[in-house]
Amino acid sequence: MIKISKIYYSYGAKPCLENISLDLEDGKIYGLLGENGVGKTTLLTLLCGLKPVQSGAIKVDGSVPYKREPVFLASQFYLPDEVAAFEAKAITFAHDKGIFWPEYSEETFLEIMKIFEMDPQQKMNQMSAGQLKKTWISFALACRTKYLYLDEPTNGLDIPSKAQFRKAMMSYTREDSVIVISTHQVKDLENLIDPIIILDNQDVLLNASVEEITSKLYFDYGTTLNPDSLYSEQVPGGFIQVYPNTTGEESKVNVEALFNTVHKHKELIKGIFSHE
Amino acid sequence: MEFDSNKPIYLQIADAICNRILQGELKAEDRIPSVREYGASIGVNPNTVARTYDTLTDQGVIYNKRGIGFFVAENAAVNIKNEAREKFLKEDLPNFAEKARLLDISKEEIIKSLF
Repeated sequence: MIKISKIYYSYGAKPCLENISLDLEDGKIYGLLGENGVGKTTLLTLLCGLKPVQSGAIKVDGSVPYKREPVFLASQFYLPDEVAAFEAKAITFAHDKGIFWPEYSEETFLEIMKIFEMDPQQKMNQMSAGQLKKTWISFALACRTKYLYLDEPTNGLDIPSKAQFRKAMMSYTREDSVIVISTHQVKDLENLIDPIIILDNQDVLLNASVEEITSKLYFDYGTTLNPDSLYSEQVPGGFIQVYPNTTGEESKVNVEALFNTVHKHKELIKGIFSHE
Repeated sequence: MEFDSNKPIYLQIADAICNRILQGELKAEDRIPSVREYGASIGVNPNTVARTYDTLTDQGVIYNKRGIGFFVAENAAVNIKNEAREKFLKEDLPNFAEKARLLDISKEEIIKSLF
């Protein structure tokens, strides 16, 4: 369980995150969405304690991440967007670094590398960007941590790797894990992430499960425009449009359309999803 | 698994399981994969699959043996057909009739081309 209360962080004078509060529950795979520069990566680095919050507080199972206590560090893994290319073979790297995580399993590392069709004997500095990313993803999942933060994990992955990534995510993460995936590649992860968080600089615009989203908003893929549409977009064969769900009928969430709807009607959406 | 239309994913998964039962691929008392196994095989969040299993349990298609897993119910095929029949009469048929009316297709023409 992660509790983020009214945190503030700025680079220089301009605030990056301001007054952000958020609760993250065990056993869920959160999708962290937001426009460029709203502070998604900053939020992840604050969660894993690479930076201190400048005001407010983050508590991860009661611990303050920035204290960087060894037991706490062993319970989490942060996979940044850009990863290091060591001179070592993938297997040697995993073997040497794995000792820092008590639940690390080499067997799991090799299994995931196999899913990705990767050669564990290959040297990391001789890999392509995508291969390097797959090695790191395999390692991150093999550490089997309670907290897992992935920043744009599907960036640079080729087409087959994306399905392999989803499979690896579902097969090798722990049931009690809190997983936060920041992404712009919503198509890659559409069926994986639930709940969905939409972040703005000074606000959490949305933090809701797919079930709640579909109970409150209707995603229409029809041919006639609804006058109550909050957002619509023309596609071949009709429209994707989003309007308040008044009939209780359920539909399939289109994350792109959801994102655009939320951005176009920030206050209205917050009202619809308000729990007060 | 490819998902389409505007039907929620959890219902599309339910449809896929029901089809496998109707086609005889899954039989009464067969064990079906756990929520996580099934999620992994189709790359879908386990919460979504859990909703599918809840729905199918409510419809009497599968049942949960505590601590062992989910199994296809004895009367699964009958229950699926009853559910589908109701949906056909309540939704599909009125839509069909409406479309026929819009296209000026008479009752006689429909009967002639159907039988």
